[in-house]
Amino acid sequence: MKQQILRVTENIRIAENVYKMVLENPELEEQKPGQFINIRIDGLYLRRPISVCESDPGNVVIIYKVVGKGTEQLSRIRKREYLDVLTGLGNGYDLSKAGDHPLLLGGGVGVPPLIKLARMLRDAGKEVQAVLGFNTKAEVFGEGAFQEMDCKTTVTTVDGSYGVKGFVTDALPEDYSYFYTCGPEPMLRAVYKATCTSGQFSFEERMGCGFGACMGCSCKTITGYKRICREGPVLEKEEILWDD
Amino acid sequence: MGRLTVNLCGIELDNPVIPASGTFGFGYEFAQWYDINCLGTFSFKGTTREPRFGNPTPRIAECPAGMINAVGLQNPGVEKVISEELPKLKEVFHKKVMANVSGFSVEDYAYSCEKLDAEEQVGWLEVNISCPNVHGGGMSFGTDPKAAAEVTRAVKRVATKPVIMKLSPNVTDITEIAKACEDAGADGISLINTLQGMRINLKTRKPVIKNVMGGVSGPAVFPIALRMVWQVCRAVKIPVIGMGGIASAEDALEMMMAGATAVEVGAANLADPYASKKIIEDLPAAMDQYRIQSLGELKGDC
Repeated sequence: MKQQILRVTENIRIAENVYKMVLENPELEEQKPGQFINIRIDGLYLRRPISVCESDPGNVVIIYKVVGKGTEQLSRIRKREYLDVLTGLGNGYDLSKAGDHPLLLGGGVGVPPLIKLARMLRDAGKEVQAVLGFNTKAEVFGEGAFQEMDCKTTVTTVDGSYGVKGFVTDALPEDYSYFYTCGPEPMLRAVYKATCTSGQFSFEERMGCGFGACMGCSCKTITGYKRICREGPVLEKEEILWDD
Repeated sequence: MGRLTVNLCGIELDNPVIPASGTFGFGYEFAQWYDINCLGTFSFKGTTREPRFGNPTPRIAECPAGMINAVGLQNPGVEKVISEELPKLKEVFHKKVMANVSGFSVEDYAYSCEKLDAEEQVGWLEVNISCPNVHGGGMSFGTDPKAAAEVTRAVKRVATKPVIMKLSPNVTDITEIAKACEDAGADGISLINTLQGMRINLKTRKPVIKNVMGGVSGPAVFPIALRMVWQVCRAVKIPVIGMGGIASAEDALEMMMAGATAVEVGAANLADPYASKKIIEDLPAAMDQYRIQSLGELKGDC
Protein backbone atom coordinates (compact mmCIF):
# COMPACT_ATOMS: atom_id res chain seq x y z
CA MET A 1 0.00 0.00 0.00
CA LYS A 2 1.38 3.35 -1.02
CA GLN A 3 0.11 6.84 -1.66
CA GLN A 4 1.60 8.01 -4.95
CA ILE A 5 1.20 10.77 -7.48
CA LEU A 6 0.71 9.17 -10.88
CA ARG A 7 0.91 10.88 -14.26
CA VAL A 8 -1.87 10.20 -16.73
CA THR A 9 -0.36 9.28 -20.09
CA GLU A 10 -3.52 8.11 -21.82
CA ASN A 11 -7.27 8.33 -21.17
CA ILE A 12 -9.34 7.19 -24.15
CA ARG A 13 -12.82 5.87 -24.83
CA ILE A 14 -12.68 2.21 -25.93
CA ALA A 15 -16.39 1.26 -25.92
CA GLU A 16 -19.72 2.79 -25.01
CA ASN A 17 -19.17 4.60 -21.66
CA VAL A 18 -15.95 2.63 -21.16
CA TYR A 19 -12.53 4.30 -20.88
CA LYS A 20 -8.96 3.13 -20.67
CA MET A 21 -6.47 5.13 -18.58
CA VAL A 22 -2.72 4.62 -18.33
CA LEU A 23 -0.95 5.98 -15.24
CA GLU A 24 2.80 6.21 -14.69
CA ASN A 25 5.33 6.81 -11.96
CA PRO A 26 8.85 5.32 -12.06
CA GLU A 27 8.46 4.35 -8.38
CA LEU A 28 5.22 2.45 -8.92
CA GLU A 29 5.51 -1.26 -8.21
CA GLU A 30 3.89 -3.84 -10.44
CA GLN A 31 0.26 -4.27 -9.35
CA LYS A 32 -1.15 -7.79 -9.10
CA PRO A 33 -4.22 -8.90 -11.07
CA GLY A 34 -7.28 -8.58 -8.85
CA GLN A 35 -5.77 -5.72 -6.86
CA PHE A 36 -7.18 -2.21 -7.15
CA ILE A 37 -6.10 1.39 -6.88
CA ASN A 38 -8.07 4.14 -5.12
CA ILE A 39 -8.11 7.45 -6.96
CA ARG A 40 -8.70 10.89 -5.48
CA ILE A 41 -10.88 13.05 -7.74
CA ASP A 42 -11.05 16.83 -7.37
CA GLY A 43 -14.24 18.05 -5.75
CA LEU A 44 -15.29 14.62 -4.51
CA TYR A 45 -14.71 13.46 -0.96
CA LEU A 46 -14.22 9.73 -1.23
CA ARG A 47 -11.68 8.13 -3.53
CA ARG A 48 -12.91 5.87 -6.31
CA PRO A 49 -11.63 2.28 -6.28
CA ILE A 50 -10.83 0.88 -9.75
CA SER A 51 -9.37 -2.55 -10.46
CA VAL A 52 -6.03 -3.06 -12.15
CA CYS A 53 -6.22 -4.16 -15.79
CA GLU A 54 -2.53 -4.33 -16.70
CA SER A 55 0.57 -3.32 -14.80
CA ASP A 56 4.34 -3.43 -15.11
CA PRO A 57 6.82 -1.77 -12.78
CA GLY A 58 6.28 1.97 -13.36
CA ASN A 59 2.81 1.86 -14.85
CA VAL A 60 -0.74 0.69 -14.37
CA VAL A 61 -3.65 0.48 -16.82
CA ILE A 62 -7.25 0.76 -15.68
CA ILE A 63 -10.43 0.28 -17.68
CA TYR A 64 -13.52 1.81 -16.12
CA LYS A 65 -17.13 2.47 -16.98
CA VAL A 66 -18.79 5.84 -16.45
CA VAL A 67 -21.53 5.08 -13.94
CA GLY A 68 -21.73 8.25 -11.86
CA LYS A 69 -20.18 11.58 -10.97
CA GLY A 70 -16.78 10.19 -10.00
CA THR A 71 -16.15 8.08 -13.08
CA GLU A 72 -17.65 10.79 -15.29
CA GLN A 73 -15.09 13.24 -13.94
CA LEU A 74 -12.33 10.66 -14.33
CA SER A 75 -13.24 10.31 -18.00
CA ARG A 76 -12.59 14.03 -18.55
CA ILE A 77 -9.05 13.96 -17.14
CA ARG A 78 -6.49 14.72 -19.82
CA LYS A 79 -3.06 13.41 -20.65
CA ARG A 80 -0.24 14.83 -18.52
CA GLU A 81 -2.50 15.53 -15.54
CA TYR A 82 -1.50 14.07 -12.17
CA LEU A 83 -3.65 11.99 -9.84
CA ASP A 84 -3.30 11.22 -6.11
CA VAL A 85 -3.66 7.44 -5.94
CA LEU A 86 -3.47 4.75 -3.25
CA THR A 87 -1.82 1.76 -4.92
CA GLY A 88 -1.34 -1.92 -4.13
CA LEU A 89 -4.73 -2.38 -2.46
CA GLY A 90 -6.51 -5.70 -1.97
CA ASN A 91 -5.30 -9.29 -2.13
CA GLY A 92 -5.45 -10.14 -5.84
CA TYR A 93 -6.02 -13.50 -7.49
CA ASP A 94 -4.08 -16.57 -6.34
CA LEU A 95 -2.59 -18.06 -9.50
CA SER A 96 -1.24 -21.18 -7.83
CA LYS A 97 -4.59 -22.98 -7.96
CA ALA A 98 -5.24 -22.54 -11.68
CA GLY A 99 -4.48 -26.08 -12.85
CA ASP A 100 -3.36 -26.49 -16.47
CA HIS A 101 -6.40 -25.11 -18.34
CA PRO A 102 -8.16 -22.43 -16.28
CA LEU A 103 -11.28 -20.55 -17.37
CA LEU A 104 -11.72 -16.78 -17.02
CA LEU A 105 -15.25 -15.36 -16.82
CA GLY A 106 -15.68 -11.59 -17.05
CA GLY A 107 -18.75 -9.39 -17.23
CA GLY A 108 -18.59 -5.76 -18.43
CA VAL A 109 -15.96 -3.84 -16.46
CA GLY A 110 -15.29 -7.13 -14.65
CA VAL A 111 -13.26 -8.07 -17.74
CA PRO A 112 -10.21 -5.79 -17.14
CA PRO A 113 -8.75 -7.58 -14.07
CA LEU A 114 -8.76 -10.81 -16.09
CA ILE A 115 -6.48 -9.38 -18.79
CA LYS A 116 -3.34 -9.26 -16.68
CA LEU A 117 -4.39 -12.51 -15.05
CA ALA A 118 -4.65 -14.16 -18.48
CA ARG A 119 -1.19 -12.91 -19.41
CA MET A 120 0.40 -14.24 -16.23
CA LEU A 121 -1.37 -17.60 -16.54
CA ARG A 122 -0.30 -17.91 -20.18
CA ASP A 123 3.29 -17.00 -19.29
CA ALA A 124 3.15 -19.76 -16.69
CA GLY A 125 2.33 -22.21 -19.49
CA LYS A 126 -1.40 -22.53 -18.87
CA GLU A 127 -3.96 -23.04 -21.59
CA VAL A 128 -6.36 -20.17 -20.86
CA GLN A 129 -9.99 -19.99 -22.01
CA ALA A 130 -12.09 -16.84 -21.60
CA VAL A 131 -15.77 -16.01 -21.78
CA LEU A 132 -16.53 -12.27 -21.79
CA GLY A 133 -20.10 -11.05 -21.28
CA PHE A 134 -21.60 -7.69 -22.24
CA ASN A 135 -25.07 -6.20 -22.66
CA THR A 136 -24.69 -5.22 -26.28
CA LYS A 137 -22.17 -4.96 -29.13
CA ALA A 138 -21.36 -1.27 -28.47
CA GLU A 139 -20.09 -2.15 -24.98
CA VAL A 140 -17.76 -4.97 -26.07
CA PHE A 141 -14.04 -4.52 -25.39
CA GLY A 142 -11.06 -6.68 -24.52
CA GLU A 143 -11.70 -9.52 -26.96
CA GLY A 144 -8.58 -8.64 -28.93
CA ALA A 145 -6.36 -8.66 -25.84
CA PHE A 146 -7.35 -12.23 -25.03
CA GLN A 147 -7.05 -13.38 -28.65
CA GLU A 148 -3.54 -11.90 -28.90
CA MET A 149 -2.59 -14.09 -25.98
CA ASP A 150 -3.97 -17.11 -27.87
CA CYS A 151 -6.75 -17.61 -25.34
CA LYS A 152 -9.78 -19.42 -26.67
CA THR A 153 -12.19 -16.49 -26.33
CA THR A 154 -15.98 -16.39 -26.49
CA VAL A 155 -17.98 -13.17 -26.27
CA THR A 156 -21.62 -13.12 -25.20
CA THR A 157 -24.11 -10.27 -25.43
CA VAL A 158 -27.46 -10.21 -23.67
CA ASP A 159 -29.23 -8.87 -26.79
CA GLY A 160 -27.39 -11.14 -29.20
CA SER A 161 -25.94 -8.22 -31.19
CA TYR A 162 -22.46 -9.76 -31.01
CA GLY A 163 -21.14 -13.28 -30.34
CA VAL A 164 -23.27 -15.77 -28.44
CA LYS A 165 -26.68 -14.48 -27.33
CA GLY A 166 -27.10 -14.65 -23.57
CA PHE A 167 -24.93 -14.52 -20.43
CA VAL A 168 -21.44 -15.87 -19.78
CA THR A 169 -23.07 -18.87 -18.15
CA ASP A 170 -24.74 -19.70 -21.50
CA ALA A 171 -21.32 -20.17 -23.09
CA LEU A 172 -19.38 -22.15 -20.48
CA PRO A 173 -16.92 -24.65 -21.97
CA GLU A 174 -17.31 -28.23 -20.82
CA ASP A 175 -13.79 -28.75 -19.63
CA TYR A 176 -11.69 -26.45 -17.44
CA SER A 177 -9.38 -27.03 -14.48
CA TYR A 178 -10.36 -24.02 -12.36
CA PHE A 179 -12.00 -20.64 -12.88
CA TYR A 180 -11.47 -16.96 -12.09
CA THR A 181 -14.33 -14.47 -12.37
CA CYS A 182 -15.14 -10.79 -11.98
CA GLY A 183 -18.37 -8.98 -12.84
CA PRO A 184 -21.65 -7.63 -11.48
CA GLU A 185 -23.12 -9.53 -8.55
CA PRO A 186 -26.02 -11.18 -10.45
CA MET A 187 -23.43 -12.63 -12.85
CA LEU A 188 -21.24 -13.84 -9.97
CA ARG A 189 -24.23 -15.60 -8.43
CA ALA A 190 -25.01 -17.30 -11.74
CA VAL A 191 -21.37 -18.32 -12.17
CA TYR A 192 -21.35 -19.74 -8.66
CA LYS A 193 -24.26 -22.02 -9.56
CA ALA A 194 -23.20 -22.93 -13.09
CA THR A 195 -19.55 -23.84 -12.53
CA CYS A 196 -18.38 -27.34 -11.72
CA THR A 197 -14.91 -26.65 -10.32
CA SER A 198 -13.48 -24.53 -7.56
CA GLY A 199 -12.67 -20.91 -8.39
CA GLN A 200 -12.10 -17.35 -7.27
CA PHE A 201 -14.52 -14.39 -7.36
CA SER A 202 -13.60 -10.73 -7.33
CA PHE A 203 -16.25 -8.60 -5.63
CA GLU A 204 -17.26 -4.98 -5.89
CA GLU A 205 -18.53 -2.89 -2.98
CA ARG A 206 -18.93 0.75 -2.05
CA MET A 207 -15.88 1.65 0.03
CA GLY A 208 -14.99 4.38 2.47
CA CYS A 209 -11.22 4.15 2.69
CA GLY A 210 -10.15 1.16 0.56
CA PHE A 211 -7.46 0.07 3.02
CA GLY A 212 -9.29 -1.66 5.84
CA ALA A 213 -9.95 1.13 8.32
CA CYS A 214 -13.64 1.96 8.11
CA MET A 215 -15.43 -1.40 7.86
CA GLY A 216 -17.57 0.11 5.10
CA CYS A 217 -17.26 -2.89 2.76
CA SER A 218 -17.48 -5.86 5.13
CA CYS A 219 -19.09 -9.13 4.13
CA LYS A 220 -19.84 -12.41 5.86
CA THR A 221 -17.98 -15.51 4.69
CA ILE A 222 -17.79 -19.14 5.83
CA THR A 223 -14.46 -18.25 7.44
CA GLY A 224 -15.72 -15.12 9.25
CA TYR A 225 -16.13 -11.45 8.47
CA LYS A 226 -13.95 -10.08 5.71
CA ARG A 227 -13.34 -6.63 4.29
CA ILE A 228 -13.70 -6.56 0.50
CA CYS A 229 -10.92 -3.95 0.36
CA ARG A 230 -8.45 -5.86 2.52
CA GLU A 231 -9.06 -9.62 2.75
CA GLY A 232 -10.77 -9.29 -0.68
CA PRO A 233 -11.73 -8.27 -3.26
CA VAL A 234 -10.97 -11.85 -4.32
CA LEU A 235 -12.71 -14.60 -2.36
CA GLU A 236 -12.56 -18.36 -2.88
CA LYS A 237 -15.76 -20.04 -4.05
CA GLU A 238 -15.85 -22.26 -0.94
CA GLU A 239 -15.91 -19.34 1.50
CA ILE A 240 -18.65 -17.25 -0.13
CA LEU A 241 -21.92 -16.68 1.72
CA TRP A 242 -24.53 -14.95 -0.44
CA ASP A 243 -26.87 -12.70 1.49
CA ASP A 244 -30.42 -12.61 0.26
CA MET B 1 6.17 21.31 27.64
CA GLY B 2 6.10 21.70 23.87
CA ARG B 3 4.09 24.22 21.93
CA LEU B 4 1.59 21.55 20.94
CA THR B 5 1.26 19.89 24.35
CA VAL B 6 -2.18 19.75 25.90
CA ASN B 7 -3.51 18.10 29.03
CA LEU B 8 -6.54 15.92 28.54
CA CYS B 9 -8.18 14.96 31.84
CA GLY B 10 -4.86 14.69 33.65
CA ILE B 11 -2.87 12.96 30.90
CA GLU B 12 -0.45 14.99 28.84
CA LEU B 13 -0.70 14.67 25.06
CA ASP B 14 2.25 15.59 22.80
CA ASN B 15 -0.30 17.27 20.56
CA PRO B 16 -4.08 17.64 20.52
CA VAL B 17 -4.75 15.52 17.42
CA ILE B 18 -6.73 12.34 18.02
CA PRO B 19 -8.04 10.20 15.14
CA ALA B 20 -11.70 9.54 15.87
CA SER B 21 -13.31 6.22 16.59
CA GLY B 22 -14.52 4.29 13.56
CA THR B 23 -12.06 5.92 11.19
CA PHE B 24 -8.85 4.44 12.58
CA GLY B 25 -9.66 0.80 13.30
CA PHE B 26 -7.41 -0.51 16.07
CA GLY B 27 -4.50 1.56 14.83
CA TYR B 28 -2.36 -1.02 13.10
CA GLU B 29 -4.02 -0.46 9.70
CA PHE B 30 -2.58 3.06 9.83
CA ALA B 31 0.76 1.91 11.23
CA GLN B 32 1.33 0.55 7.73
CA TRP B 33 1.12 4.10 6.38
CA TYR B 34 3.13 5.96 9.06
CA ASP B 35 4.48 5.75 12.62
CA ILE B 36 1.28 6.41 14.57
CA ASN B 37 3.26 7.38 17.68
CA CYS B 38 3.24 10.93 16.29
CA LEU B 39 -0.42 11.17 17.32
CA GLY B 40 -1.64 12.68 20.58
CA THR B 41 -3.53 9.42 20.95
CA PHE B 42 -6.38 7.83 19.00
CA SER B 43 -9.83 6.54 19.82
CA PHE B 44 -10.22 2.92 18.75
CA LYS B 45 -13.15 1.30 16.94
CA GLY B 46 -16.37 1.42 18.97
CA THR B 47 -16.46 -1.71 21.10
CA THR B 48 -19.53 -3.49 22.42
CA ARG B 49 -20.03 -6.28 24.94
CA GLU B 50 -20.84 -8.86 22.23
CA PRO B 51 -19.26 -9.16 18.76
CA ARG B 52 -21.20 -7.39 16.01
CA PHE B 53 -21.16 -7.69 12.23
CA GLY B 54 -22.97 -4.39 11.80
CA ASN B 55 -25.36 -3.34 9.07
CA PRO B 56 -25.85 -4.79 5.59
CA THR B 57 -23.92 -3.18 2.72
CA PRO B 58 -23.83 -0.70 1.02
CA ARG B 59 -22.83 1.13 4.17
CA ILE B 60 -21.16 4.14 2.54
CA ALA B 61 -22.31 7.04 0.36
CA GLU B 62 -20.68 10.19 -0.94
CA CYS B 63 -22.26 13.56 -0.17
CA PRO B 64 -21.23 17.16 -0.87
CA ALA B 65 -18.03 17.84 1.11
CA GLY B 66 -18.31 14.60 3.01
CA MET B 67 -19.68 11.13 3.33
CA ILE B 68 -22.42 9.11 4.98
CA ASN B 69 -21.78 5.85 6.79
CA ALA B 70 -24.01 3.22 8.33
CA VAL B 71 -21.41 0.69 9.45
CA GLY B 72 -23.38 -0.17 12.57
CA LEU B 73 -20.64 -0.74 15.15
CA GLN B 74 -18.94 -3.72 13.55
CA ASN B 75 -16.46 -4.96 16.15
CA PRO B 76 -15.18 -8.25 17.56
CA GLY B 77 -16.60 -7.65 21.06
CA VAL B 78 -14.80 -6.45 24.19
CA GLU B 79 -13.18 -9.81 25.06
CA LYS B 80 -11.52 -10.16 21.66
CA VAL B 81 -10.56 -6.50 21.58
CA ILE B 82 -8.62 -7.13 24.79
CA SER B 83 -7.18 -10.52 23.84
CA GLU B 84 -6.40 -9.84 20.15
CA GLU B 85 -6.56 -6.18 19.12
CA LEU B 86 -4.79 -4.54 22.05
CA PRO B 87 -1.74 -6.88 21.92
CA LYS B 88 -1.40 -6.16 18.18
CA LEU B 89 -1.72 -2.44 18.87
CA LYS B 90 0.96 -2.61 21.57
CA GLU B 91 3.54 -3.52 18.93
CA VAL B 92 2.98 -0.31 16.97
CA PHE B 93 1.66 2.24 19.48
CA HIS B 94 3.40 3.05 22.73
CA LYS B 95 1.11 5.72 24.14
CA LYS B 96 -2.15 5.50 26.04
CA VAL B 97 -5.07 4.80 23.73
CA MET B 98 -8.64 6.03 24.08
CA ALA B 99 -11.09 3.13 24.41
CA ASN B 100 -14.37 3.85 22.63
CA VAL B 101 -17.30 1.93 24.10
CA SER B 102 -20.86 1.51 22.93
CA GLY B 103 -23.77 -0.44 24.33
CA PHE B 104 -27.43 -1.39 24.22
CA SER B 105 -28.12 -1.14 27.93
CA VAL B 106 -26.64 0.65 30.93
CA GLU B 107 -25.25 -2.72 32.08
CA ASP B 108 -23.56 -3.25 28.69
CA TYR B 109 -21.73 0.05 28.99
CA ALA B 110 -20.60 -0.66 32.55
CA TYR B 111 -19.49 -4.20 31.65
CA SER B 112 -17.33 -3.17 28.67
CA CYS B 113 -15.93 -0.11 30.42
CA GLU B 114 -14.91 -2.09 33.50
CA LYS B 115 -13.03 -4.59 31.30
CA LEU B 116 -11.26 -1.93 29.24
CA ASP B 117 -10.52 0.26 32.25
CA ALA B 118 -8.37 -2.57 33.61
CA GLU B 119 -6.14 -2.54 30.53
CA GLU B 120 -2.87 -0.75 31.04
CA GLN B 121 -2.81 0.56 27.45
CA VAL B 122 -6.11 2.38 27.94
CA GLY B 123 -5.78 6.00 29.06
CA TRP B 124 -9.35 7.22 28.72
CA LEU B 125 -12.80 5.74 28.20
CA GLU B 126 -14.80 7.47 25.50
CA VAL B 127 -18.40 6.44 25.98
CA ASN B 128 -20.40 6.62 22.78
CA ILE B 129 -23.99 7.49 23.61
CA SER B 130 -24.52 8.78 20.12
CA CYS B 131 -24.29 6.09 17.43
CA PRO B 132 -27.01 6.92 14.90
CA ASN B 133 -26.70 3.64 12.99
CA VAL B 134 -27.92 1.05 15.41
CA HIS B 135 -31.53 0.69 16.43
CA GLY B 136 -31.85 1.03 20.17
CA GLY B 137 -28.11 1.44 20.49
CA GLY B 138 -26.20 4.42 21.69
CA MET B 139 -28.11 7.37 20.35
CA SER B 140 -31.18 6.65 22.44
CA PHE B 141 -29.00 7.27 25.51
CA GLY B 142 -27.52 10.42 24.04
CA THR B 143 -30.80 12.14 23.23
CA ASP B 144 -32.24 12.07 26.75
CA PRO B 145 -30.45 13.89 29.60
CA LYS B 146 -31.67 11.38 32.20
CA ALA B 147 -30.48 8.35 30.21
CA ALA B 148 -27.16 10.08 29.44
CA ALA B 149 -26.67 10.75 33.15
CA GLU B 150 -27.56 7.16 34.01
CA VAL B 151 -24.93 5.76 31.63
CA THR B 152 -22.37 8.24 32.95
CA ARG B 153 -23.01 7.24 36.56
CA ALA B 154 -22.87 3.53 35.77
CA VAL B 155 -19.54 3.90 33.96
CA LYS B 156 -18.07 6.19 36.60
CA ARG B 157 -18.88 3.59 39.27
CA VAL B 158 -16.59 1.04 37.59
CA ALA B 159 -13.97 3.30 35.99
CA THR B 160 -10.69 4.43 37.48
CA LYS B 161 -9.70 6.29 34.30
CA PRO B 162 -11.15 9.51 32.89
CA VAL B 163 -14.61 9.04 31.39
CA ILE B 164 -15.38 11.12 28.30
CA MET B 165 -18.97 11.08 27.09
CA LYS B 166 -19.35 11.29 23.30
CA LEU B 167 -22.47 13.21 22.34
CA SER B 168 -24.88 13.16 19.44
CA PRO B 169 -25.69 16.33 17.49
CA ASN B 170 -29.12 14.89 16.65
CA VAL B 171 -30.77 16.68 19.57
CA THR B 172 -32.58 19.96 20.15
CA ASP B 173 -30.22 21.27 22.83
CA ILE B 174 -26.86 19.55 23.14
CA THR B 175 -25.83 21.64 26.17
CA GLU B 176 -28.58 20.02 28.20
CA ILE B 177 -27.11 16.55 27.55
CA ALA B 178 -23.57 17.80 28.22
CA LYS B 179 -24.60 19.32 31.56
CA ALA B 180 -26.42 16.13 32.57
CA CYS B 181 -23.20 14.14 31.88
CA GLU B 182 -21.08 16.64 33.82
CA ASP B 183 -23.46 16.55 36.79
CA ALA B 184 -23.33 12.74 36.74
CA GLY B 185 -19.56 12.83 37.10
CA ALA B 186 -18.18 12.78 33.55
CA ASP B 187 -14.53 13.87 33.30
CA GLY B 188 -14.87 15.18 29.76
CA ILE B 189 -17.18 15.57 26.77
CA SER B 190 -16.47 14.81 23.14
CA LEU B 191 -18.65 15.98 20.27
CA ILE B 192 -20.01 15.72 17.68
CA ASN B 193 -20.85 12.23 16.44
CA THR B 194 -22.30 12.15 12.92
CA LEU B 195 -25.48 13.93 11.83
CA GLN B 196 -28.23 11.72 10.48
CA GLY B 197 -28.67 11.93 6.74
CA MET B 198 -29.48 9.95 3.60
CA ARG B 199 -29.04 9.79 -0.19
CA ILE B 200 -31.23 8.33 -2.92
CA ASN B 201 -29.88 6.73 -6.08
CA LEU B 202 -31.68 8.50 -8.95
CA LYS B 203 -31.40 5.46 -11.23
CA THR B 204 -32.79 2.86 -8.84
CA ARG B 205 -34.98 5.31 -6.87
CA LYS B 206 -33.80 3.54 -3.73
CA PRO B 207 -31.67 4.80 -0.82
CA VAL B 208 -27.95 4.44 -1.56
CA ILE B 209 -27.37 3.02 1.92
CA LYS B 210 -29.06 -0.30 2.64
CA ASN B 211 -29.92 0.87 6.15
CA VAL B 212 -31.61 3.92 4.51
CA MET B 213 -30.14 6.49 6.92
CA GLY B 214 -26.56 6.98 7.97
CA GLY B 215 -24.31 9.46 9.72
CA VAL B 216 -22.95 12.45 7.79
CA SER B 217 -19.34 13.45 8.41
CA GLY B 218 -16.60 15.39 6.68
CA PRO B 219 -16.08 19.14 6.08
CA ALA B 220 -19.84 19.51 5.42
CA VAL B 221 -20.51 19.25 9.16
CA PHE B 222 -17.60 21.39 10.42
CA PRO B 223 -19.53 24.65 11.04
CA ILE B 224 -22.29 22.78 12.87
CA ALA B 225 -19.74 20.90 14.97
CA LEU B 226 -17.85 24.12 15.74
CA ARG B 227 -21.05 25.84 16.85
CA MET B 228 -22.00 22.94 19.15
CA VAL B 229 -18.50 22.73 20.63
CA TRP B 230 -18.63 26.46 21.34
CA GLN B 231 -22.03 26.06 23.05
CA VAL B 232 -20.96 23.06 25.13
CA CYS B 233 -17.70 24.73 26.19
CA ARG B 234 -19.77 27.54 27.64
CA ALA B 235 -22.15 25.16 29.39
CA VAL B 236 -19.69 22.86 31.20
CA LYS B 237 -16.40 23.21 33.11
CA ILE B 238 -14.92 19.81 32.19
CA PRO B 239 -12.60 19.45 29.15
CA VAL B 240 -14.19 19.16 25.73
CA ILE B 241 -12.83 17.33 22.68
CA GLY B 242 -14.06 18.96 19.48
CA MET B 243 -14.67 16.95 16.34
CA GLY B 244 -16.69 17.04 13.16
CA GLY B 245 -15.21 17.65 9.74
CA ILE B 246 -11.73 18.73 10.85
CA ALA B 247 -9.46 18.46 7.81
CA SER B 248 -6.61 20.92 8.44
CA ALA B 249 -4.45 22.50 11.14
CA GLU B 250 -6.54 25.66 10.72
CA ASP B 251 -9.73 23.71 11.44
CA ALA B 252 -8.09 22.28 14.56
CA LEU B 253 -7.14 25.78 15.74
CA GLU B 254 -10.69 27.02 15.13
CA MET B 255 -12.04 24.17 17.25
CA MET B 256 -9.60 25.06 20.03
CA MET B 257 -10.51 28.74 19.80
CA ALA B 258 -14.11 27.62 20.36
CA GLY B 259 -12.90 26.07 23.60
CA ALA B 260 -11.89 22.50 22.75
CA THR B 261 -8.95 21.09 24.75
CA ALA B 262 -8.15 18.59 21.99
CA VAL B 263 -9.59 17.62 18.62
CA GLU B 264 -10.60 14.39 16.96
CA VAL B 265 -10.13 13.88 13.24
CA GLY B 266 -12.55 11.45 11.63
CA ALA B 267 -13.60 11.10 8.02
CA ALA B 268 -10.45 12.87 6.80
CA ASN B 269 -8.44 9.73 7.69
CA LEU B 270 -10.49 7.72 5.20
CA ALA B 271 -10.09 10.15 2.31
CA ASP B 272 -6.37 10.52 3.03
CA PRO B 273 -4.59 8.00 5.27
CA TYR B 274 -2.00 10.65 6.19
CA ALA B 275 -4.58 13.31 7.19
CA SER B 276 -3.99 13.25 10.96
CA LYS B 277 -0.20 13.21 10.58
CA LYS B 278 -0.35 16.16 8.18
CA ILE B 279 -2.50 18.18 10.58
CA ILE B 280 0.07 17.64 13.36
CA GLU B 281 2.93 18.61 11.04
CA ASP B 282 1.08 21.70 9.81
CA LEU B 283 0.14 22.97 13.27
CA PRO B 284 3.38 24.87 14.13
CA ALA B 285 3.32 26.90 10.89
CA ALA B 286 -0.39 27.64 11.28
CA MET B 287 0.23 28.74 14.88
CA ASP B 288 3.05 31.04 13.71
CA GLN B 289 0.77 32.56 11.12
CA TYR B 290 -1.90 33.36 13.70
CA ARG B 291 0.63 34.32 16.41
CA ILE B 292 -0.21 31.49 18.77
CA GLN B 293 2.78 30.71 21.02
CA SER B 294 1.37 27.53 22.52
CA LEU B 295 -1.96 25.74 22.27
CA GLY B 296 -2.38 26.12 26.02
CA GLU B 297 -3.08 29.82 25.52
CA LEU B 298 -6.26 29.12 23.51
CA LYS B 299 -8.91 29.31 26.21
CA GLY B 300 -12.02 29.39 24.11
CA ASP B 301 -12.77 33.01 24.96
CA CYS B 302 -13.76 33.94 21.43
